[in-house]
Amino acid sequence: MKTSTPVTSVIAAIGATVITLAQNWKLAGFILVLIAGAIFPLCASGVFTFQITQLLIYAIAIAGLNLLTGFNGQFSLGHSAFYAIGAYVSAVLMTQLDMPFYLTIPIAAAVCFVFGFLFGLPALRLEGIYLALATFALAIATPQILKFKPVEHLTGGVQGLALFHLKPEAPFGLPFDQDQWTFYVTFAVTILMFFLAFSLVNSRSGRAMKAIRDNHIAAKVTGIDLSLFKTLTFGVSALFTGVAGSLSALLIAFVAPDSFQITLAIAIFVGMVVGGVGWIPGAFLGALFILFVPNIAEHIAFGLSAFFDLIRKVIPFFPSIGEQSAKGLTGTVYGVFLILLIYVMPSGLAGLLRLAVQRLARARS
Amino acid sequence: MSTPLLSAKNLRAFYGPTQILYDLNFDMHTGGITTLLGANGAGKTTTLRALSAMVRTSGEIRFDGKLISNKETADIVRLGVAHVPEGRGTFVRQTVEENLQLGGITQPASQISADVERVFTYFPRLKERFRQQAGTLSGGEQQMLAIGRALMLRPKVMLLDEPSFGLAPLIVQEMFEILRTLNKKEKVSMFLVEQNASLALELADHAYLLETGRVVMSGPAKQLSADESIRRAYLGY
Amino acid sequence: MEQVVQQIIGGLATGAIYACIALSIVMIYQAIDHLNFAQGEMAMFSTYIAWQLMQWGAPYWGAFFITIAISFVLGYVIERTVFKPVHNAPVLSHIVIFIALFAIINSMAGFIWEFTIKPFPTPFGTKSVLGEGLLSAHGAGMIAVTGVMLGMLYLFFRYTRVGLAMRAASANPDSARLVGIRVGFMNALGWGMAAAIGAVAGMMIAPVVFLEPNMMVTILLYGFAGAVVGGLTSPGGAVFGGFAVGVIENLASFVPHFGAEMKLSIALALIILVLTLKPSGLFGRRIVSRV
Ligand SMILES: Nc1ncnc2c1ncn2[C@@H]1O[C@H](COP(=O)(O)OP(=O)(O)O)[C@@H](O)[C@H]1O
Ligand SMILES: [Mg+2]
Repeated sequence: MKTSTPVTSVIAAIGATVITLAQNWKLAGFILVLIAGAIFPLCASGVFTFQITQLLIYAIAIAGLNLLTGFNGQFSLGHSAFYAIGAYVSAVLMTQLDMPFYLTIPIAAAVCFVFGFLFGLPALRLEGIYLALATFALAIATPQILKFKPVEHLTGGVQGLALFHLKPEAPFGLPFDQDQWTFYVTFAVTILMFFLAFSLVNSRSGRAMKAIRDNHIAAKVTGIDLSLFKTLTFGVSALFTGVAGSLSALLIAFVAPDSFQITLAIAIFVGMVVGGVGWIPGAFLGALFILFVPNIAEHIAFGLSAFFDLIRKVIPFFPSIGEQSAKGLTGTVYGVFLILLIYVMPSGLAGLLRLAVQRLARARS
Repeated sequence: MSTPLLSAKNLRAFYGPTQILYDLNFDMHTGGITTLLGANGAGKTTTLRALSAMVRTSGEIRFDGKLISNKETADIVRLGVAHVPEGRGTFVRQTVEENLQLGGITQPASQISADVERVFTYFPRLKERFRQQAGTLSGGEQQMLAIGRALMLRPKVMLLDEPSFGLAPLIVQEMFEILRTLNKKEKVSMFLVEQNASLALELADHAYLLETGRVVMSGPAKQLSADESIRRAYLGY
Repeated sequence: MEQVVQQIIGGLATGAIYACIALSIVMIYQAIDHLNFAQGEMAMFSTYIAWQLMQWGAPYWGAFFITIAISFVLGYVIERTVFKPVHNAPVLSHIVIFIALFAIINSMAGFIWEFTIKPFPTPFGTKSVLGEGLLSAHGAGMIAVTGVMLGMLYLFFRYTRVGLAMRAASANPDSARLVGIRVGFMNALGWGMAAAIGAVAGMMIAPVVFLEPNMMVTILLYGFAGAVVGGLTSPGGAVFGGFAVGVIENLASFVPHFGAEMKLSIALALIILVLTLKPSGLFGRRIVSRV
């Protein structure tokens, strides 16, 4: 009996797709993410869209650092420098050469790759705490270098560069406002960067990088050019973080030296550790942490200071140590969070997640 | 029978998740020299490290009748257990003098200089090298320094990890003579880990044989040296 | 020429600041084999304690010594409570802990004493002691205090048993345990001493830069530079390095375009240069050993 109506064939096609997707959960997940990304800015408020855009940008930066640390055993407290370079390259090209933003991303990436590669050369000779120190110094010096007088006409000096009037509009008359469009651009770049990161990690070079991390001698014996790979990894890591910086210039529409303080470098670093060293998707968890935990800490700090006010009413001695300001406690709460995190989850949120997944997998099999 | 000076009951040791020792049982008596033999990788060093609480263990270790397996390394040492570690554990940046002072760092300051002199009577070479950076000593000299450092503790027992390792045969002979003297004159009991079985069995009164983390044979040293299989596997004749 | 001499002497005075903080960095490096990124904050907090004591009416030198004692205890307690539990964790975790300490101490200071700038007294006076505006009494006093502190440290490490035990514990913790040294206790002691030295550094620096929670952030970098130039294993080298950084920084102001705002970059360049060319620093020890 033949009952091939259009309806049944559509149902059959949908069924086949569903089965393919169910069998290939990676593809299914990817499509889900695409759909979510496409719908998200249409449903969310402007502020929330902004925050999630920022989250994606941080995630790219953290993934960059994670390539360096997780796959090469090196680490950096100075990635704010590359973030800054990425942002400034885009900003300068847009303001000085009227270049469209999209074109500036690959240029920023290339410039950051070169800077990272160059910084990777001295970093080659440094291990552990010495590398931390050198990169820490880089991060502290970055805002000052950005204020360098002779290039002030390009960088705008202390004032920085405003890009509000240069933000690209959605093309083809698409009905998106600038924030929404910025999100879409960022979203696309994020997908591209993480695709690159995954491919890199799973490639021959990625395995070489891991070999270097795990065992120098073994890597040497198998004929890997150690120095070249380490410096290249530094370059690639800087490239990722630079792309993030470039996108941040678009999002904030403003670059200035003081946006790239050591606190930014520390945030990227903390994000990486929290997300889990050596696990690329952890970058999103890390980004989530550095974006929202400081806010949460501030809320808790306000709560605490109310509590202190109460104590002050009971113990008259209390006020003599000065006007209590709630904001002052934010750093304390944040620091305590970090310490607890290291105690409870030494391998980051990712470690916890992986543990749970392993348990589940074991329970199922 | 008196209580043993040092004893282990169901001793297990682990590096991370990997178990290295499986339910070791042994004891040694005051004044004696006990040797622990075994091939490379059998777990001899790990046994000594277990006794000094330098690896994760389970089971019971008693010293002088007291339970020590729940104590920290430094506290076990302070009871009079001097561990001469594999690789000699020299403080390479410090001078020979400072190395000896460190050996006696838990002892009253007043007895240090006399004890240093006493070490010199056994190891005159150290006197010549007194102000030299210890890292510059030869292997044999560093081994002497390690034993000298252990002596500074006025120990009840010495845990010696392959004192013959990497030394010329003549120096090894000399070293073992000194160990014998120390055992007799200073009344130091010894727990000696060795790969050089013939030398160790000559010196020791009691022996244990370790294979992949298990005691597979034990008894008086004479009896083990006479054993056919031991002879073939460890003594080579 | 006269200008150069002037700059050198001026550099020595600021160099004393860097030398102080470099010394405390090297101390903690000796004790725990680590650089403490919260070191500067600890020094800043100590300085606030001194300020508070003086507000409560303590005389300068009384506040000075009480602060040193309190700082020692605080350093000791921080090691025991915060650092000890993660002692065997990887370096990355340690750095996060330092970052956390940094945030906590910085914000606690702001919380307790507000973020406004406070003047801090000098016991030496502000008169010039070497020509007009060359070297202030405070600068000279600072150099003297650094010298005395270095001398005391030298004597402590060279001639006391605790000093010897501390050196042994940091150089070779396993062997140290095997001679009965409580290595954990020595680590905590090292933190305590570093905090005490940091307190002195803070109290010496505060009259120059004023007291505020962020006063140490950039100075810490100069301290690192000084410590690296001299060699992280050498207290004397660190002091020399600190002075050297001060002088170099001042002399660099002769280079066109290299005004005051580029000073930090000089510290950065010095750190990278020295670490790359001679990682053990000018006076750092190469370990001689035979295998
Ligand atoms: N630090 C370590 N981590 C993991 N395994 C180790 C470690 N040290 C030794 N082992 C393993 O423990 C076993 C016993 O080693 P060891 O006690 O050193 O043997 P021995 O001293 O008898 O030669 C060996 O298989 C060795 O590979
Ligand atoms: Mg061994």
